[in-house]
Amino acid sequence: MATPRVLILRAPGTNCDLETEVAFQQAGAVPTRLHVNRLLENPHLAKEFQILCFPGGFSYGDDIAAGRILAVQIQAHLSGMLNDFRTADKLVLGICNGFQIMMRLGIFFDDSEKNAPPATLTLNAQGRFEDRWIHLKKTGDRCVFLRGIDQVHLPMAHAEGRFAVRDDAALQRLEANGQLVLRYCKPDGTGANETLSFPDNPNGATSNVAGICDASGRIFGLMPHPERYLLPTNHPNWTRWDQLPEKGAGAKFFENAVEYFQ
Amino acid sequence: MTKLWEIDIYPSAGQPDTVGNSLAIEARDLGLADGLQVTATRSFLVQANGSEDSIRHVATTLLADPVTERALIAPVGDVSLTQPPGAQSTLVHVLFKPGVMDPVALSTKQALLDLKLDVEEVRTLRKYWLSPLSPSDLNRLTSKLLSNDSIEQVVVGPLNIDHLDIGTKYELKLMHVSLRGLNDDELVKLSRDHQLSLSLAEMKTIQAHYVSLDRDPTDIELETVAQTWSEHCSHKTLAGKIEYRDENGTQHFKNMLRETIFAATETIREKLGADDWCVKVFKDNAGIVRFDDNYNIVFKVETHNHPSAIEPYGGSNTGIGGVIRDPLGTGLGAKPICNTDVFCFAPPDTDPASLPPGCLHPRRVMKGVVAGVRDYGNRMGIPTVNGAVYFDRRYLGNPLVYCGNVGILPRDKSDKEVHPGDWIVAIGGRTGRDGIHGATFSSIELTSESESISGGSVQIGNAVMEKMVLDVLLQARDENLYHAVTDCGAGGFSSAVGEMGEEIGAEVWLDRAPLKYAGLSYTEIWISEAQERMVLAVPPEKWERFHEVCAAEGVEATIIGQFVPTKQLRLMYQDTEVGSLSMEFLHDGRPPVVRQAAYRPPTPKAANIPDLDRTGIEKTLHKILGSLNVASKHWVIRQYDHEVQGGSVVKPLVGPVCDGPSDAAVVRPLFDSNRGIVISCGMNPHYGDLDPYHMATSAMDEAMRNAICVGADPQRIAVLDNFCWGNTDRPETLGTLVRAAIACRDLAVQWNTPFISGKDSLKNEFAWVDEKGEKQTLVIPSTLLISAMGQIEDVRRCITMDLKSSGNKLYLVGPTRSEFGGSHFTLVHGIAGGEVPKVDASLAKRVFLTLHETMKAGLVRSCHDLSEGGLAIAAAEMAFAGGLGIDLDIAELCQQQFIDPITALFSESNSRFLCEVPADKAAEFEKHFKNLPMSAVGHVTGGPKVKILASHQCDALLAEVAWSELKQTWLRPLDW
Repeated sequence: MATPRVLILRAPGTNCDLETEVAFQQAGAVPTRLHVNRLLENPHLAKEFQILCFPGGFSYGDDIAAGRILAVQIQAHLSGMLNDFRTADKLVLGICNGFQIMMRLGIFFDDSEKNAPPATLTLNAQGRFEDRWIHLKKTGDRCVFLRGIDQVHLPMAHAEGRFAVRDDAALQRLEANGQLVLRYCKPDGTGANETLSFPDNPNGATSNVAGICDASGRIFGLMPHPERYLLPTNHPNWTRWDQLPEKGAGAKFFENAVEYFQ
Repeated sequence: MTKLWEIDIYPSAGQPDTVGNSLAIEARDLGLADGLQVTATRSFLVQANGSEDSIRHVATTLLADPVTERALIAPVGDVSLTQPPGAQSTLVHVLFKPGVMDPVALSTKQALLDLKLDVEEVRTLRKYWLSPLSPSDLNRLTSKLLSNDSIEQVVVGPLNIDHLDIGTKYELKLMHVSLRGLNDDELVKLSRDHQLSLSLAEMKTIQAHYVSLDRDPTDIELETVAQTWSEHCSHKTLAGKIEYRDENGTQHFKNMLRETIFAATETIREKLGADDWCVKVFKDNAGIVRFDDNYNIVFKVETHNHPSAIEPYGGSNTGIGGVIRDPLGTGLGAKPICNTDVFCFAPPDTDPASLPPGCLHPRRVMKGVVAGVRDYGNRMGIPTVNGAVYFDRRYLGNPLVYCGNVGILPRDKSDKEVHPGDWIVAIGGRTGRDGIHGATFSSIELTSESESISGGSVQIGNAVMEKMVLDVLLQARDENLYHAVTDCGAGGFSSAVGEMGEEIGAEVWLDRAPLKYAGLSYTEIWISEAQERMVLAVPPEKWERFHEVCAAEGVEATIIGQFVPTKQLRLMYQDTEVGSLSMEFLHDGRPPVVRQAAYRPPTPKAANIPDLDRTGIEKTLHKILGSLNVASKHWVIRQYDHEVQGGSVVKPLVGPVCDGPSDAAVVRPLFDSNRGIVISCGMNPHYGDLDPYHMATSAMDEAMRNAICVGADPQRIAVLDNFCWGNTDRPETLGTLVRAAIACRDLAVQWNTPFISGKDSLKNEFAWVDEKGEKQTLVIPSTLLISAMGQIEDVRRCITMDLKSSGNKLYLVGPTRSEFGGSHFTLVHGIAGGEVPKVDASLAKRVFLTLHETMKAGLVRSCHDLSEGGLAIAAAEMAFAGGLGIDLDIAELCQQQFIDPITALFSESNSRFLCEVPADKAAEFEKHFKNLPMSAVGHVTGGPKVKILASHQCDALLAEVAWSELKQTWLRPLDW
């Protein structure tokens, strides 16, 4: 199977689906943006796809809490679809609101933890929305989407992205499982495992966590937006560079997803 | 059996109470309570038929976070709900008043139904547990911080309600208004009592019309005329007859705007001939210009001042929501691609004790306005890329909130035409009593009683509804499913249907409009300004497919009438005709009013500019950089998503650590093209205090400069005007406005820079009765915002203002004169008078074009325009934005322009840029500017200092300050 098909799941309030579609297209995949209502009518539609992507935005307005309503809807009506992506050799990616939805679905964790999930994403420590480019460091080799990436600079834009854990034991378990794969760091790439302060850690996340994966490494969510850095001119400092690279560093996340099937 | 449940969501043990803590800080900062402790909840009232277990299940799965929150669940009235969770024992509930848009409640109800809970109604509320306060302090705290009386109600202590219902059945009762026998006083009283905002002359015209028809109007007819003739919908003042007197004599305008600003654009289009790149100007909901072979771009800026004064969050929220619907309702629907927002506030450190009654504290206004724009713009997925914030005490009662939106439109979707027989279709939000009388309200000056009498005009938006509308509208557009579309703004259906059907005629079936709740009269349905609605003309054969496209994504679409070739507007409720108006009377029947405008040029008053020593200059640098207008707006900017849609090229904050003040924003709207759109603005109300003409040209110059700085082609910049003025019933107030409009015309024609759209907001005055019983009025400074939309062929040629590398040379281009009137130098030193900066149109144009050529030739590494604070401030900003030092030598500048060092450093002459040029390209750069004002002013250093030298005055050192210190001064004032 050379060319994976990507299901980009839209809902009312999703707003990063177009640029995410472009990201997958440029990486060589065949993406389809599909409204959640189509899946609710016919969950079997999802079977044709190898990659499931929850894009960014404000699904259902993030009313109640970020990603909450869509997650509850998926849990109630599309758990079969979700299970298929988890158990088959397929990929799932969530970006920003998508990550919030996946966290709420508990897709990263063992089913035994369903009623008491070990972690969540909650209101930023500063109590408000923040748009900022941040430095990220890969801290684990498990994740498919992070292959070949060591350090990366990406934009984030969210109000509810602070990674928080139930307790120390939960944190240690996730750490031991190698699931805490992407963390905020200093511009020089250090500090990912230290206590970082604002703005290096832009939202007060526990252990600087910006993205996590499941135990298999096929299911990955992150708060920053790789699809907003497909072009070199997206970077905040590109006017200071002598030469523009061919593409932005965000493209690699999507290329990794395509390469997984090649 | 239905029961009313309350679910309180608290932070779980060990989690911070972010909301409660920030309220405590805010209470301290506003001088309301010191050392206050607050515990805050998010709470829900759920009226449902279900067991406690089922309620508990939804509370824990849907409403509360399993890690960071805990839920308390009990029937309303249960004692457990009024048990203090900690040491604070005063309980305050804040609930929306019935009928106020509560998006979270709507979504929660849908989600609960989806979870199979038999739920009837949901409302949200907030609970606050407070440490002890005296009754008067508690009252102040609740009214000034915790709630807004125009949309919310407060309950201190237990909540005593047993059910949630709003709306009662409506029985048709046709109302006529006796008009024919009334005398002048009675007509004026009628207009006021019904909040029609119609003048006596207008009332008499309506009276005569109905006398000729031999009947009285129905209430809906009168309302329709009032909405259509309102200032907001028809711009009757500026687009009306004006007799204008100034030192050159008297001019008689038949339509002032048409003869000044529109006329300039017409002249430019004629001059350009085949190269005309304007497409549709001053006609549709936004101005349209050519972008590339396949696309046009559209731009509109609106104001939402009066609602924002009363309810800052809702006012700006619906302001941005409303202006996004303008591009969406332009042509057959443009896709919104970026927002711009400009605000004017009183200083946030205003003494709370000095506030006139009925005025919200400017700090609260600012926080609410920013949050309102943030929550709507971010949810829509439209990057907010540009803006400005100005401060002046005179904005205390009338903050200004300008919201703008740019859209992109396929060239073949730029025209619309309603066909007879098309269904009138409403899509999006439902209709409620929201905003009744918003159109007429925004034409009345605010008073300290506005809060109570005009509450119905204030609304909250529901951004996700508008996003859903956007999604389906563009699909339907691309399937060619409708002939025309417009937004429902001020005046609601009344204005939207009235405008669309103007040439044809329309019949409307008001009872078919979907309602939020029962009980609306036919008139309320007709004039409701409920948000997130669009009106379309859908041909009957396309209706089925159109409906399907909307339904597929959960958007309600309803036929509410038909366009019929009768030239009449016929309004039906059930089978009864409730109104019938001729389109001709409605649109052309307004009596012409000749308004008087007078302008007397000010007597020039020289400013006494002191000669400063090094300490004085360094102090001035700090004072200007730390002044509110100049200081960093990062607290605002970072709350906006400026990256969504993936097209960001030049961001509002630039430099290696992203904290320098960018001149303009650039976005790349298409995934497969490097062509970019540049957005910038210009405004300087302080100049207007001295001379409205030169304020207007300076604002245009500033908007152009900002766009050109980042690389916009000066020959492809379109501009918008937004006038916010005091009460133009006074001839001298209208006089300054006309003077400014004439300035816009004069300069636009000389530059070939077309105005493509505009909007005005008049009567921005706040009146109250002071403690001595005397009427006081606070009038805003005359404030003209010029917004610019430029284009750049290849975004990879964009330039930012942060210095790039040491060794590069610095050049100042453009003319420097002693122009200190309204400058920040005089402002921070408390000096009156001075020459207002003027624009030398032809010189400015040559500077713009030449600079653009040097940029295209790759000679410029960074560029910043000179605005507030002049050369010294521009140089300092470029240095700290780039994290590099600078040796600024003003010798050549002083000698070439015959000026003294203080003028060189702080004068605010227009049309000037500071450019960083690599040493090996300096000769070529100089060659381009051979016949234009240009001075070498030093070079970039790798050092930590901003050094200012006058090498022609015995190498005098005028200033030497670490750029990091200047940066701190600039970052601090609004770092909230």
